[in-house]
Amino acid sequence: MSVADFAFYAFAIVVIGAGLMVVTSRNPVHSVLWLILAFLSSAGLFVLLGAEFMAMLLIIVYVGAVAVLFLFVVMMLDIDFAALKAGMARYFPLASLVGLVILMQLALLFGSWVEAEGALGLRQAVTPDMAEIHNTKALGLILYDQYFLAFQLAGLILLVAMIGAIVLTLRKRENVKRQDVLAQMYRDPAKALELKDVKPGQGL
Amino acid sequence: MAEFLDTALGITVLIVAQSLLVIAFVMISLLFLVYGDRKVWAAVQMRRGPNVVGPFGLLQSVADALKYVVKEVVIPAGVDRPVYFLAPMLSFVLAVLAWSVIPFNDGWVLADINVAVLFVLAIASLEVYGVIMGGWASNSKYAFLGSLRSAAQMISYEVSLGLIIIGVIISTGSMNFGAIVAAQDGNWGLFSWYWLPHLPMVVLFFVSCLAETNRPPFDLPEAESELVAGFMVEYSSTPYLLFMAGEYIAIFLMCALISLLFFGGWLSPVPFLPDGPHWMILKMAFFFFLFAMVKAIVPRYRYDQLMRIGWKVFLPLSLAWVVIVAFFAKFELFGGAYARWAVGG
Repeated sequence: MSVADFAFYAFAIVVIGAGLMVVTSRNPVHSVLWLILAFLSSAGLFVLLGAEFMAMLLIIVYVGAVAVLFLFVVMMLDIDFAALKAGMARYFPLASLVGLVILMQLALLFGSWVEAEGALGLRQAVTPDMAEIHNTKALGLILYDQYFLAFQLAGLILLVAMIGAIVLTLRKRENVKRQDVLAQMYRDPAKALELKDVKPGQGL
Repeated sequence: MAEFLDTALGITVLIVAQSLLVIAFVMISLLFLVYGDRKVWAAVQMRRGPNVVGPFGLLQSVADALKYVVKEVVIPAGVDRPVYFLAPMLSFVLAVLAWSVIPFNDGWVLADINVAVLFVLAIASLEVYGVIMGGWASNSKYAFLGSLRSAAQMISYEVSLGLIIIGVIISTGSMNFGAIVAAQDGNWGLFSWYWLPHLPMVVLFFVSCLAETNRPPFDLPEAESELVAGFMVEYSSTPYLLFMAGEYIAIFLMCALISLLFFGGWLSPVPFLPDGPHWMILKMAFFFFLFAMVKAIVPRYRYDQLMRIGWKVFLPLSLAWVVIVAFFAKFELFGGAYARWAVGG
């Protein structure tokens, strides 16, 4: 077994194990930490595939930003674990039924999956030769040159979603004291401060 | 000997030996960085600083480290034990891990990977977890508040750090540190380096580094007057030592990053002197001196001011700079100073 094989099995086992622990661990904060371990190991799998740019992006975006927000939300929640466990027994039959139905649907889908003729060739036609070009550059060429408009459109959709979220949550509250930073910075020290020479034993 | 180093075992031994060399370098510099830091503050405040242990107090950090290690580990009641002990280890290991891609001379690097800059950014974004986990697992209000502040601050300043680095990457056309330094090699010595074309961003990068590593004037996570010691408040003995060591190593890493990205790494500042790793180490030491001076002379910021600078000043400025640099590089303006890949060094 070569080093790459060993690394693949190590990462794959850790991904699956961490994924299981996400679902089964009792404390939600531990769940998020296991999820982070799963993200990290999948980044390792990306490196093994020779896509180190994707691996680093996965760590920076998912682990460095998204999972931190998850962790924040979960840490702030005041969760009663006993109540959570009590609900588990009640909903288990229904949940397992839903899970079973989805599993069967997926099995049906993938069982009858036939790849269209020439699909692989079409995909490879747009991919630059990985032997000649580094994968970061290849991604950049595809995203920013070849599919520039589609990429910009995706960005626009995200922007709209972001503005929508801000509009929905923004509210101007009355009677709240706010810091006006510019006013603070442009204050005149001569008006705000007064120096007094206090004689010993006399006070002001 | 040469045949042995070609076998699988030989390569493993070589890698382990190289890694140990880098770790030894980092740990020994750590001891003297802490000492130097304290001496600089002392000089600014007209004190003597550490001067008892060893000649000129040089061994003070060794004595401190020994004290931390032999002290009892006090575990507060109600802590989440696995996470509580994982947090300091994580922050220490991650801080050391980032050094694997930092070159000290042409080719003197453990892992010469193509996405080295991204790797350092990824490690920097992971370092938030040591802080959050430590603060949460301690089961203490002060620690939790400190870790919340720290996490928000680190995430905010990572954005502008990343954007500033993109300007350098555009100018170089590569994310490899060796290529970035090679692109700064020119005929005019220190005036060929990136600090000149990227001048406004060097200042922004330095300030963002201060915030990213929780150094004063942005050390709000550990603001001792409000939060005692922030996320580290419940830690004692070796775990505390690991947190502090991780913090200093991260600061030193930032010094290495500034030297590599903007100040030519191992390149000599004047054309008639040879390049070499001593320049890299000198530059890192100089930037650490600047970090220490900032701690000694700048008062602490208020938290809302810190967030305002990060999101409302640094982020728009660095984003605008990316657009400007892209424009300069595309049309190769200023004699190709922003497009070194096109004009060749």
